Amino acid sequence: MQQETVRSGMIEISYREAVREAIREAIKRDERVFLMGEDVGRYGGCYAVSKGLLAEFGPERIRDTPLSESGFTGAGIGAAMAGMRPIVELMTVNFSLLALDQIVNTAATVRHMSGNQFGVPLVIRMATGAGRQLAAQHSHSLEGWYAHIPGIKVLAPATLEDARGMLWTALQDPDPVLIFENVMLYNMTGKLAADAGPVDIDRAAVRRPGRDISLITYGGSLWKTLEAATALAAESIEAEVIDLRSLRPLDDASIMTSVAKTRRAVIVDEGWRSGSLAAEIAMRIVEQAFWALDAPIGRVCSEEVPVPYPSHLENAAIPQAPKIVAAAKAALGRA
Amino acid sequence: MFEFRMPSLGPDMEAGTLVEWLVKPGDWVKRGDIVAVVETQKGAIEIEIYQSGQIEQILIDLDSKVPVGTPLARIRTELEAKPGAAAAAPPPITPAAPPPVPSLVRAPVRPPPPPIAAAPGAAGRVRASPAARRLAEAHGIDLSTVTGSGPAGAITYADVERHLGEAVAPPERKRALWLDLDAMRTAIAAAMARSKREIPHYYLEHQVDVTACEQWLTQKNATRPPDSRLLIGALAIKAAGLGARRFPAFNGFFRDNKFEPAQAVHVGVAIAIRGGGLAAPALHDADQLSLDELMSRMRDLVQRTRSGRIRSSEISDPTITVSSLGERGVEALYGIIYPPQVAIVGIGKVVTRPWVVDGAIGPRSIVTLTLSADHRVSDGHAGALFLAEIGRLLQEPGKL
Repeated sequence: MQQETVRSGMIEISYREAVREAIREAIKRDERVFLMGEDVGRYGGCYAVSKGLLAEFGPERIRDTPLSESGFTGAGIGAAMAGMRPIVELMTVNFSLLALDQIVNTAATVRHMSGNQFGVPLVIRMATGAGRQLAAQHSHSLEGWYAHIPGIKVLAPATLEDARGMLWTALQDPDPVLIFENVMLYNMTGKLAADAGPVDIDRAAVRRPGRDISLITYGGSLWKTLEAATALAAESIEAEVIDLRSLRPLDDASIMTSVAKTRRAVIVDEGWRSGSLAAEIAMRIVEQAFWALDAPIGRVCSEEVPVPYPSHLENAAIPQAPKIVAAAKAALGRA
Repeated sequence: MFEFRMPSLGPDMEAGTLVEWLVKPGDWVKRGDIVAVVETQKGAIEIEIYQSGQIEQILIDLDSKVPVGTPLARIRTELEAKPGAAAAAPPPITPAAPPPVPSLVRAPVRPPPPPIAAAPGAAGRVRASPAARRLAEAHGIDLSTVTGSGPAGAITYADVERHLGEAVAPPERKRALWLDLDAMRTAIAAAMARSKREIPHYYLEHQVDVTACEQWLTQKNATRPPDSRLLIGALAIKAAGLGARRFPAFNGFFRDNKFEPAQAVHVGVAIAIRGGGLAAPALHDADQLSLDELMSRMRDLVQRTRSGRIRSSEISDPTITVSSLGERGVEALYGIIYPPQVAIVGIGKVVTRPWVVDGAIGPRSIVTLTLSADHRVSDGHAGALFLAEIGRLLQEPGKL
């Protein structure tokens, strides 16, 4: 009776808790699932995502690892090939560079190199993004790099629903899936259906409908973009906000449908501009929707500098709502 | 800087209605370009420009009726429009802004987002978005007639949509580009009444054996497709043009009580318009053209005149008129001079008649040439020599 009430209601929850619930559900539903990473057990996770899970599930399922990203990512790949469903937590994308060889050279290629004899059903979670004054070496947004690699999928949950729902779907995938959690979202709280569960991981979502311009973004930038859309609405500009959700593969159809309607696009991407995911999306629009365009495609990316430590400089270096508003108005000839 | 003015397209034209601009500010034009369409009693006339430069400002809105001589646009000469020419230009009357004081404030850390490149538009290139281009193409819209509201003034999809809405709204606009035969009749009436009132005409007639022309044409056309065949009318126009070159008293204008011989020979070709109109636009330098060139220009002129797209220079330039009734006509016509010209040559239908050649009677192709000329300028003696010269020239078609 009580369960019924809870299931049909909404609960107040943080993004961090939503990710934790997703891990709990996965461990409970599938005995092959385990979480592995630096400080995920006794410390409860660098971002406290796995707090309490060691006590609940024990060291077999919640495994602290040495400080060796290459080593434990490789162990995760091996476990996956051997039939397990590991969740590897890399503390942040900054440290994932130490595991780059395992991810790009091994996880992404084993199915191909083995002639389809082996797959790597592995999920790697990692934090990404700037904004917490962690300075240049701990503030990268390199998910665009991973989105370059065939053989893996790249997800960017921006909402509570996706934080809660993408993990299980990713674990069902026969190939490696990387999930990027923006560091600025962990403390975000909101209402989530008590019975929230798995969601699809192959489609972009329209987070706000509009007719004048498509603002295409993902992850932590989604909320800045929605803020910009609200500001634009005050000036009678109806922006449509697209949350990519999946960075590889990209949902071209949703992007083109939106651009065909609005005829204008600005891409908001916390990665650096040069060689960015934003560049890729812009080019796809040119390839597939050129004749629908009414203005040059705009981009709001991070400034091409190492991310600064001082708060005001850090904020100035990454996309913010006023920059998005300015780019949208420029595309509408109302700069 | 010079002003492009509403031209006079005939002695009776007092005003014209601007119905279409074919250029916009910033466009480069060169001598001879068609820049606007003006609706007159003669129909919609394409107006050429006689100086090269860059359009600076359009002064007259569409559908405005303005008197002849009214400035329509301001145009920078090529010299003035060159980048850097500003330095050479006289200083502006308004005080220039003071030179920027070196600022102690450093440039902001983040430069503003790069402006939508205001690339120096290539002359005549319309800045329009892909979406606007496709929509315009689908509806046959000339983008140079659409006002842009997008980034850097680019024409957007919505601009073309708006233009489409406007284009659909007033159907009169479209009609205006066609001939208004009632207005044309009024213009003909005014010009012909003035001619008969002011010009003391005299008339001459001369029958010419054009058998040689017919034989020459038959041979010439035997191997040609129909659309490039020569017609006897072209030979007559060329002969009249050459004749006018040799007899300048029939080629020019009578204005302000005196005759001004023309330097060039621009033969006005009388062209009947279905429904009862008439125009006589110029075949420029008809005496200089090869027969093939003359023929192809004549075809073009007839086609454009009948669809109501005559150019301003063709309306105002004729120095003499030739009127030919062609095969469906009668043997002779006596034309009324189109003022301020001083002569009109009439060419009747070619008929087969018994004719004495070398003492024997035989069938020959005969055409009756007539001349109506202004007695204030020439006398019958000169007129006879002129008409006879045309007849003589037609005896040797190969030399025309």
